[in-house]
Amino acid sequence: MKTTMILFFLALVSWGASAQHDHSRMGNSENSHSNMTPKMKEEPRVIPSITVKHSLIVTSILDNYLELKDALVDDNGKKAASSGKLLFDAIGKFDLSGQPAPKQKELKDILDDAKENAEHISESAGKIDHQREHFELLGGDIKDLIVITGADRTLYQLFCSMYNNNKGGKWLSASDKVKNPFFGDEKMKCGRVLVEIKVK
Amino acid sequence: MKPLKLLGLVMLVVLVGIQFIPSRTNQDKAVPPSDFMVVNGIPENIGHILRTSCYNCHSNNPNYPWYSRVQPVGWFLQSHVSKGKEELNFSEFGSYSIRKQKSKLSSMVSQIEKGEMPLSSYTFIHREARLSQENKKVLTDYLSALKDSL
Repeated sequence: MKTTMILFFLALVSWGASAQHDHSRMGNSENSHSNMTPKMKEEPRVIPSITVKHSLIVTSILDNYLELKDALVDDNGKKAASSGKLLFDAIGKFDLSGQPAPKQKELKDILDDAKENAEHISESAGKIDHQREHFELLGGDIKDLIVITGADRTLYQLFCSMYNNNKGGKWLSASDKVKNPFFGDEKMKCGRVLVEIKVK
Repeated sequence: MKPLKLLGLVMLVVLVGIQFIPSRTNQDKAVPPSDFMVVNGIPENIGHILRTSCYNCHSNNPNYPWYSRVQPVGWFLQSHVSKGKEELNFSEFGSYSIRKQKSKLSSMVSQIEKGEMPLSSYTFIHREARLSQENKKVLTDYLSALKDSL
């Protein structure tokens, strides 16, 4: 009985620590790090996750975003431009009226920004650096979009701290394996999973 | 009349003629309340850099040179400015969504850092619009901080 109690206590403590770990990874509080004992820091990192509702409304947007991402991983500016165009069209077809009224303004801002970024990418076939700049902005738009609308597949938001003079850059992928779209061949492995976006 | 002389005469007539085609100028004296500098209370040193290096193509308050009234140069300038304003119009900045403002600030910083803006074809003629290394840093630091504060 005593052993069970101790085990139970330990389980509680470690659960608390990992929850705190999540919290700091989300960037909400830097201080919670200092509460951790060195031993706990060595434990495997728990990847934070969020859960969004299941929805097919963003399927073509996500398909084309991921195509675009793969083209940039392959250093293929021409392919990125054509995927950018398809993404631009897909965003244009999104029907706002089917969304809850209080969210429509925010969604419109997100879609407008995403559309403009996709347009830049579609028009910059010969300037992959410029495409990547807009792709970085686009990733934020798409993430914020699916948090509201839901998604049809599990996605990962990844982060490479070296992008843009070490200011860092984020992107979305359907896989947690790091294949960096900002550097292509040059630094394919730069990045780590920031958050897993699960579908309910 | 010799053909060459005739051709010259025709060209002269056309050149003089096109000066009379009414063209819409982009010039607007009033600074709107949605102007970037008004909305964000931009300090004078930053405002000076922006006016000198950016506002001539990216706002409704440009300072046009005299030859902008001479066609077809004026038309060329006009199309250039239309495109510039479509991408970024400082005069309307305050009416952009916060998301768009942040995106535009990111793009401004990277375009300036990479030396893409101001356009070299523009600074070739307008030497005063070139950004020194120091001004580049002052401006991009300011714009980055502004973006983070939004």
